[in-house]
Amino acid sequence: MIEGVSIYEILTLTTTVFFIGVYGFVTRKNLMGMLISIELILNSAAVNFVAINKYLFPAKMDGDIFSIFIIAVAAAETALALAIIINLYRLVLSVKTKDLETMKY
Amino acid sequence: MRSIIYLLFVLLGVSGIYFMLEYNFLAAVELAVYAGGIIILYINAIMLIDKIGVPMEKPKVGRQILAGIISVFSLAVSLFAIYSYHFIQAAHPRGTSVEQLGKHLLSYGDNGYILPFELISIFFLAVLVGAIVIAKTSKPIK
Amino acid sequence: MDLRFSVLILLIPLSVFLILGLFFRRIKQPLAGYIGIAGLSLTSILSFFVAYEYFFHIGNVGGVFQKIVVGQISWLHFTSTMSINLGILIDPISALMLIVVPLISLMVHIYSMGYMKGEGGFTRFYAFLSLFTFSMLGLVLSSNLFQIYIFWELVGVSSYSLIGYYYTKPSAVLAAKKAFIVTRFADLGFLIGLLILSFYAKTFDFVTLTNPAFIHSLNGQTTTFIGLSVITWALILIFIGGAGKSAMFPLHIWLPDAMEGPTPVSALIHAATMVVAGVFLVARLFPMYYLIEGGIALQLVMVVGTFTTLFAAIIAITQHDIKRVLAFSTMSQIGYMMLALGVSRYEGPDGLGFTAAMSHLFTHAMFKGLLFLCAGSIIHVVHSNYMQDMGGLRKYMPITHITFLVATLAISGIPPFSGFFSKDEILAAAFEHHKLVWFTGWIVAGLTSFYMFRLYFRIFWWNDPVYKHKPHESPKSITFPLIILAFMAAFSGFIPFSHFISPDYIPFQSHMEWGLAGASVGIGLVGFIFAWVLYKKENDLSTRLSKAFGFFYKSAYRKFYMDELYMFITKEIVFKRISAPFAWFDRHVVDSSMNGIGNSTVWISDKIKGIQSGRVQDYAMYFVSGVTIISMILWFLIK
Repeated sequence: MIEGVSIYEILTLTTTVFFIGVYGFVTRKNLMGMLISIELILNSAAVNFVAINKYLFPAKMDGDIFSIFIIAVAAAETALALAIIINLYRLVLSVKTKDLETMKY
Repeated sequence: MRSIIYLLFVLLGVSGIYFMLEYNFLAAVELAVYAGGIIILYINAIMLIDKIGVPMEKPKVGRQILAGIISVFSLAVSLFAIYSYHFIQAAHPRGTSVEQLGKHLLSYGDNGYILPFELISIFFLAVLVGAIVIAKTSKPIK
Repeated sequence: MDLRFSVLILLIPLSVFLILGLFFRRIKQPLAGYIGIAGLSLTSILSFFVAYEYFFHIGNVGGVFQKIVVGQISWLHFTSTMSINLGILIDPISALMLIVVPLISLMVHIYSMGYMKGEGGFTRFYAFLSLFTFSMLGLVLSSNLFQIYIFWELVGVSSYSLIGYYYTKPSAVLAAKKAFIVTRFADLGFLIGLLILSFYAKTFDFVTLTNPAFIHSLNGQTTTFIGLSVITWALILIFIGGAGKSAMFPLHIWLPDAMEGPTPVSALIHAATMVVAGVFLVARLFPMYYLIEGGIALQLVMVVGTFTTLFAAIIAITQHDIKRVLAFSTMSQIGYMMLALGVSRYEGPDGLGFTAAMSHLFTHAMFKGLLFLCAGSIIHVVHSNYMQDMGGLRKYMPITHITFLVATLAISGIPPFSGFFSKDEILAAAFEHHKLVWFTGWIVAGLTSFYMFRLYFRIFWWNDPVYKHKPHESPKSITFPLIILAFMAAFSGFIPFSHFISPDYIPFQSHMEWGLAGASVGIGLVGFIFAWVLYKKENDLSTRLSKAFGFFYKSAYRKFYMDELYMFITKEIVFKRISAPFAWFDRHVVDSSMNGIGNSTVWISDKIKGIQSGRVQDYAMYFVSGVTIISMILWFLIK
């Protein structure tokens, strides 16, 4: 619980960050850029969990624990994604999204 | 390259929020894992892949506008949903101590999170193995 | 006695057709022929028995012949008064046909054993012959108008299959199509007439329709159409159907071309049985034709019959192909039958025309069938249809010669052969009622005698041409039917038809008018003499005569350009002016709209397929927007 800050503002903040992440994910032409946007999304979700937990249900601890898991999963996913990207780079020699449209119609 | 640094700043900000919510443990974890580990990982990957000096390409304008419209629109919808709901805020705040956290993580009664805990550990094992398998080279290094 | 077994008369040929048709790969000649002949012999025996029983035992009740309906099943039930039944009706004319049809058919079956020997599709031939016999018997035994229509069409189908028997020959296929299309077109008239009649009379049944009291009640119909009562129109339309089937002018164009079929087929279908279906139909409905509105429809029958007789006889004089001469002769003789029906009255001895028509039908079947079978025998031996390739055959084919002579004498009306009696009755009936018709008939009798004897002398007496193989007499399977039919052609004149057949079902005595008889024999002899002079010994008198007649000869030879007229009408008017716009419409509007639907679908999908871009980012965009929209919808729904 932060003094003077109601839940609305925190939720606004996280939602905004979330959609900035979405925008970035959709717009980036670089694979790394997409991954960074994903990080943003995940982080905002974690903050959301914690904020709701702290403001609305202080007795329980579900949100706190869940955000730990979110961070863990995010970390693992980043590691894997980077491994894939490195492998891909070896094959295609580029990390531009344009060169990865093999599943086109 | 610069985007990673910006991400670092965002993570620092998030960590700050955790501090403000009196969730010290997670703030520390965030800093250590995210800022320390993942950002370093990103930087390593970018060093391997990108040519640093070259400026990144800008996406097509049409695409930017379309994505922008969709994002702003969705944002508006979400905010609308949020603001039209009357949240009942609790009276007294509470901090989170590590001791409580540990207890919850490892208890197997009600409110126990032992199962996800174990699963996460196996999950990490899988990720570890997977990352190594994917990223290793097939040719031996001379 | 119970005549219900007479349904076997129909079922036996039908089952022979089915057996031969379904198993035609296993059954080869001559087994197929034996099966056909066996089935038909059985049918003939049954038919003769039924006819005998009818004429001599059960039919005649108190001096009036009864119409016996043997078994009727209700097939389609419309209202309480009107339903389409299937039943068998036996009355004097159908009993007469019960003698004619199986007899001729049996003769043709036996004949075909020899004639069609070695032909491919032998089994198919016999199967269709049986189908035809079944259809014709069904036609004559029908108890109501709709059933007769069904069998009418079946007869047309059998005729089509048999004319087009040599289906690899293009001319045969064309002829079959022409026959079917022309008769079908006439049958359109029949159908419309049938429908109108049944609508106003509210029944299809023959027993009701030929009841004079019922017909008088119909006469009170006030509905008219261009001055004539609707019932008269219905009768005229039905007659048009009959005219098509009987090759009356102007629906006669199919009959000469139908000679493309094998000769036994011509004998059976186009001489003796199918072509008389029209006459049979008018005879069946005769009370209606006579009594409705004072017999206007009957006048039309008379006019058409008279005109056709003269028309066909003139053309027959000029033809060179044996079968074509015989075809036009058939047309002419059927014209006689129609003519006789046309001049007939209803009560007592005034109904002579009716009796004369039916007796001529009988004798004509005998001698025309015989003529065609002889022609077939000749063609079989000489391998050509044309008179120019024949001559002096009396030395080589004695049996054919004698039987052909008998038939020619019969058709020319020379006593005491059968044709004399029947033709004389027709002319007597015509003389009594309409002198001009009599005069035409009398002239045509002379023409008939002339062209028939022309044929006879040219084939059997002229000098021998060069034959490829020396001609020989045909085998017994061919000559046996010839002898039987010759016997019938010679002596069936002595059957007193008026004791059995009359329009009001009361037998009467007919008597000989010696003056008229002398006149018809006289003109027959005139024709005979002309033919003797021109054709017995080889000379060029005939060629000089034909040149002298010039234009008239030429147009008669070309059948008065009727075929050309029909081709012109169909090609120019129907195809170009009427069908072509419809075809254009179908192709450009209907088809193009269907194609348009297909093409637009392809075009739309071409544009939409960009959604599958293979870029994850696009998918994410769709995902997010989709989620937003769904949440909005849910929001509004739950609110």
